Amino acid sequence: MEEVLKLLMQNARLTHSEIAVLLGKEEREVAKIVEKLEEDGVIKGYQAIINYEKLPHIPVFALIECKVMPKAEYGFQEIADRVMALDEVESVYLMAGNYDLAVFVKGNTMQEVANFVAKRLSTLESILSTSTRFVLQRYKQNGIILGEKEISDPRNMVL
Amino acid sequence: MEPKVIFNHHLKNVKPSVVGKFLEIANEYKEIISLSVGEPDFQTPWHIRQAGIEALEQGKTFYSPVRGLLALRQEISEYMAKRFNTLYQPKTEILATVGSSEAIEMAYRTLLNPGDEVLIVQPSYLVYEPMVYMAGAIPVIIETFEKDGFRLKPEQLKEKITSKSRLLILPYPCNPTGAIMEKEDLESIAEVIRETDMLVLSDEIYAELNYSDISHVSIASIEGMRERTIVTSGFSKAFAMTGWRIGYACAPEEIISAMTKYHQYAIMCAPTISQFAGIEALKNGAGDIVAMRNEYNMRRRYIVDRLLKMGLSCYEPKGAFYVFPNISSTGLNSEDFCEKLLKQKQVAVIPGNAFGECGEGFVRISYSFSLKHIIEAMNRMEEFIQELSREN
Repeated sequence: MEEVLKLLMQNARLTHSEIAVLLGKEEREVAKIVEKLEEDGVIKGYQAIINYEKLPHIPVFALIECKVMPKAEYGFQEIADRVMALDEVESVYLMAGNYDLAVFVKGNTMQEVANFVAKRLSTLESILSTSTRFVLQRYKQNGIILGEKEISDPRNMVL
Repeated sequence: MEPKVIFNHHLKNVKPSVVGKFLEIANEYKEIISLSVGEPDFQTPWHIRQAGIEALEQGKTFYSPVRGLLALRQEISEYMAKRFNTLYQPKTEILATVGSSEAIEMAYRTLLNPGDEVLIVQPSYLVYEPMVYMAGAIPVIIETFEKDGFRLKPEQLKEKITSKSRLLILPYPCNPTGAIMEKEDLESIAEVIRETDMLVLSDEIYAELNYSDISHVSIASIEGMRERTIVTSGFSKAFAMTGWRIGYACAPEEIISAMTKYHQYAIMCAPTISQFAGIEALKNGAGDIVAMRNEYNMRRRYIVDRLLKMGLSCYEPKGAFYVFPNISSTGLNSEDFCEKLLKQKQVAVIPGNAFGECGEGFVRISYSFSLKHIIEAMNRMEEFIQELSREN
């Protein structure tokens, strides 16, 4: 199971038959494992990794650090639920350290993100303060280097 | 008076490698996918590099003892005992060398006299044969075949043994065929050898890259063979440490003493910093070997599957990191196949005849490359094979 998962994390487009060959398993067996991983919610989805710089319109990404007042019975869960329900939000993490929630958002313009923070996020009841950090450049995403630069093979053919 | 350069006549007799000529062509192309390199694509695991850095930081930049650091030889001794069930005394029966290449060379230099015959199993690493010439001895080739899984058969060995036979080169797991010798195979070879006064040089550099269910068996662990065997190995393939140039020879005291004598004058000692890295590799590197082997194994299965689907006959390699498919069904010889594949599809593989005449009709594909590279190379090779069959 772990081996299948590892391969899918590297390349989710590998077919069951390719994975079967790589791992020396039967195709049916691989299909079963993947199905189980999906059913159990281990695999939550498959997405393309995009280099937005290649697209005509480059969206704006920001990390919003939120300080939060946790609620007595729910802790951070309630506020996390509310934040992640917002469409602009791509990822939400609870952090150790100077702030509590790391909220990654994507918008079309800086203004759009600013509005989102001012009107939708910072107005939420338990949010004490926010600090917005705009992304200037994305170099690497999910283990994939986004720029063109191919790392060349440093090996010399000696024999 | 003009100087007159007279070269060593043994060197003059050594033919240039087929690989060299081939590389010249390869260098003309830029967008090439090369499945030709014979070294790991992994970097040396970080903790091993760190041990090298620490040795540098602490100024351990002096010569080591001639035989190598005792701590290294102790680790090698323990490792050989644990992994291959062979016992070697760290003080007297182990020599640290500049890669296993030096270990092979030292064995030749100390054991061979003019006129001696050295039995070489082929297809195999292309260094064994020319270096025998360089030592003034005579190579005697034993050809192995696809139908036998490129294993050495006892009757083939018997046929070539004469009163002049001094040394058998046993190259398993084998570069380029990926063949291995299992315990029974080695026992039948040992039976023949024990009837002679010959020695065996067992090149076990790929011992850790064995993909069968049982791990590598050293001929030195077979009854009566330890006293007549020189095992050469090193860190290059198992720990991805080619550039560190660190290997070793394990053999009975008398042989190691003679090799040490030569090594002392020719080399002095193996690189000290690399020896410190080697200690760390043997102490804490077992997990790295498993991780790399698993990765190689996936690639091996993938390439074999693709080659079979292309309609090529292909022995399923059990060791090293090479696949050695039979391309004779394409109607091309090895060199033409490689040259055309390179020119038409920009994929580089090595012609099989580089590894001995009996390698003709085969090509060596290395899988020490990322899966991404390998997939693309196999796609191109498939197109190439399809176009060839359309032409015919």
